Amino acid sequence: MIKLTIDGKQFEADGDKTILNVCRENGIEIPTLCYLEKINEIGSCRLCVVEVEGLEKLVTACNTKVKEGMEVRTNTERVRRARENTLHLLMAEHKTNCFKCLKNGACELQYQARMHGVDVPNFQPSHYDVQHAPFDEHPFLSYDPGLCIQCQRCISTCAKATGRHALSLERNAARVYVKVPFGDNWKDTDCEGCGNCAQACPTGAITIKRRKDYREWEIKKVLTTCPHCGTGCQMELYVKNGKIVDVMGANGPSNQGLLCVKGRSGSIDFVDHPDRIRYPLIKNKESGEFERASWEEALDLVASKFNAIKENYGGEALAGFACSRSTNEDIYMLQKMVRAAFQSNNTDNCARV
Amino acid sequence: MTNTIADITQDSEVIMLVGSNPEHAHPVIGMQIRQAVQRGAKLIVVDPRDIDLSRQADIHLKLRPGTNIAFANGMMHIFIEEDLIDHEFIEKRTEHFEEIKKVVAEYTPERVAEICRIDPDKLREAARLYAKAKTAPVIYCLGVTEHHTGTHGVISLSNMVMMVGKFGKRGCGLNPLRGQNNVQGACDMGADPKQFPGYQNLDIPEVMDKFEKAWGTKLNHEIGTKATECFGKMTTGEIRGLFIFGEDPMRTDPNTRHVLRALSSLDFLVVDELFMTETAKLADVILPGRSYAEKEGTFTNTERRVQRVRKAVEIEGETREDTWIFTEIMNRMGYPQPHLTAAEIMDEIASVTPNFAGISHERLDSTEVAGRGLQWPCRSKDQPGTEIMHVGKFARGLGCFIPTRHIPSMELPDEDYPIIMMTGRILYHYNACAMTDKVEGLNEMAPDSFIELNTEDAEKLEVRDGDMVNVSSRRGKIQARAVVSEKTNPGECWMPFHYIGGANWLTSDALDSISKTPEYKVCTVKVEKIPESDYMREMSCV
Repeated sequence: MIKLTIDGKQFEADGDKTILNVCRENGIEIPTLCYLEKINEIGSCRLCVVEVEGLEKLVTACNTKVKEGMEVRTNTERVRRARENTLHLLMAEHKTNCFKCLKNGACELQYQARMHGVDVPNFQPSHYDVQHAPFDEHPFLSYDPGLCIQCQRCISTCAKATGRHALSLERNAARVYVKVPFGDNWKDTDCEGCGNCAQACPTGAITIKRRKDYREWEIKKVLTTCPHCGTGCQMELYVKNGKIVDVMGANGPSNQGLLCVKGRSGSIDFVDHPDRIRYPLIKNKESGEFERASWEEALDLVASKFNAIKENYGGEALAGFACSRSTNEDIYMLQKMVRAAFQSNNTDNCARV
Repeated sequence: MTNTIADITQDSEVIMLVGSNPEHAHPVIGMQIRQAVQRGAKLIVVDPRDIDLSRQADIHLKLRPGTNIAFANGMMHIFIEEDLIDHEFIEKRTEHFEEIKKVVAEYTPERVAEICRIDPDKLREAARLYAKAKTAPVIYCLGVTEHHTGTHGVISLSNMVMMVGKFGKRGCGLNPLRGQNNVQGACDMGADPKQFPGYQNLDIPEVMDKFEKAWGTKLNHEIGTKATECFGKMTTGEIRGLFIFGEDPMRTDPNTRHVLRALSSLDFLVVDELFMTETAKLADVILPGRSYAEKEGTFTNTERRVQRVRKAVEIEGETREDTWIFTEIMNRMGYPQPHLTAAEIMDEIASVTPNFAGISHERLDSTEVAGRGLQWPCRSKDQPGTEIMHVGKFARGLGCFIPTRHIPSMELPDEDYPIIMMTGRILYHYNACAMTDKVEGLNEMAPDSFIELNTEDAEKLEVRDGDMVNVSSRRGKIQARAVVSEKTNPGECWMPFHYIGGANWLTSDALDSISKTPEYKVCTVKVEKIPESDYMREMSCV
């Protein structure tokens, strides 16, 4: 442990930590844009700059380790001016149109600009003319280079968190840009369509197309577990007016905030799909067609048929299979129904198949 | 899993994947394995097919399908021969080592190489790499279990892990990646013909007695029939009434023709479903249940972690919670069952299942658990759950070496059906597609069925990449688009199992002798090119 001073107060900290870590642990706010813990600690946006006594230049808090006796100042006039300047520079290259932008209300650049009182940038844009039109052919994901602030959170997420390396930083003359696999050749790329890059993007540059169906302030978030494979990824369902409109990865122990293409894009549409069976159905023996029935009719028919089989042939002539996609509580009650009401142990689940 | 996803991907020097393609079947675990390889973990892939991860593997043993036991025995032979075994662990924590020593002595690397069709020196290299690593998990999946010797395949891997003392430690263990979101839970919750919830055998009188008291009724003491064996009993009239909750055996079970005959022989079939599946079409009554987003509850993931599922929406119509449906049927059949909330049901589960005694919705939602779920065994409300199993002592006391021997697959290539076919999952769909084929984008990404053929075989058959082929086995005939590559070895092919009119018309219903799991991973087929004009487009997922 080392001792340091931040904004005049003494703190003890682990010498392995960065100034940002120590500040955040102690409730001292430092704005960041490009920073993603363990994934993107490149200090490129320079929004997190702080003053350190004895150093001539401001340092980036996100990747500067604390040292014994260090004196840090996080909120001086010089620091504030530097951060504002950074935001002016970023905004100048950002094709700001918040009304139209899908990330309006969820954009970190918008938030920081508002917090720092920056609205119209002091600088002229340098490269609007060389910017590519949005890459929009991918079924789930879209990229608008005009909104990109080159923070590289997407690239690092794809490389370090998903390990896919489907995004890269490319250079066009003096200009760097993010090369994304969402253009017309998306099928020929390594991209899995998982969308973790979009979740990592602080602006509206890479977006999940479903965002067009809602605004951030319209939704209620419900934390739940993914319904596909056995990994048990934690995710938030975004619900608007009683409908699920989007899914975001939550930081669960087994998924560390990540989701796959099925979790993110395959967990919504089936829920209220037109093909859902919404009423009990009884098959008409003569026509072979299903006909809508009341719950009373359907349940009485099931109970009477099963009871008749049980009386004539014994409980062993009945069986009930549980669903490995359903909840523990459902499955427990299903096997209880088979054992206690059917009087049979012919119960199983789809683990074998 | 004996361990957790985090510890086997973050604290491992070597990772051994056996019959597992996590990048497709468990993509977020696949991502974390890629992270592990990037931070420097060595990777051993044991798989008959090139998976994406085999490109990054230090060793890929591309063995013949159905030869996992020979592989594991060969590894153990080398451990003993080169003294790579953990003497202290074997001495203190296991029994019957001498017996297994005798059996694996027969499995010289050269003999194993012949059975598995691999290079004996690569096997030696893999054995050394795995055994010498301080931390090395074995991760396996259905490539191990879906054989008629599947259970023995798992036992042989367990022998292998024990011999080098890699149980009960971080970054080690034997780790099955369970398939569906709650297949672990379905097994835990006693949807099993001979076990009550928590793996309590119903032929133990005290267990039976406990459940009869808890549920206030006499129960049937006869051990039941496993699902895969029920189909035979339906055709003979021994089983006449069936309740299927959310399963689609018409698409997921092997030998579809046989399943169709079995379900059609029933006196009465009830299906509780979300969609008009192929199985639901055969029902007498369909009851509209609810999806994961319309109910409260829990799922248990592959690392035994019980996590919450929460109700987000209600949909139009008269769907009902599935527990409401079961409760109504119980009452109408004469068993008095009060309606309970999901939280109350979990309390009942905890009261009869020692491994779940410490689990409740209240606790799962508490700040103590902080959204990390609880891993069973969790035997009381003040226990934090069990991250790693078998630490210091095996659940049964001493770890038991059970010698196993290689037995060839039930169906082997012959003149009529010369190619071995394996089946598996692709990234963009889930099992019978009931959920994933409702997404236009996913269908665009993976629109139709295909068969991966080896280049050499394709040349012989005069099939080019993209051609339509007839694929037939002793049980059926289907059509598929050929994808020609070196992914499979010559004489072997691979097909996804998701699509209607797909692989399961061909697969074998030979069952594992213990678990009764079908041998999906090995059947033999004949492949023939068909002219484009004859092709009927029926393989689509939608």
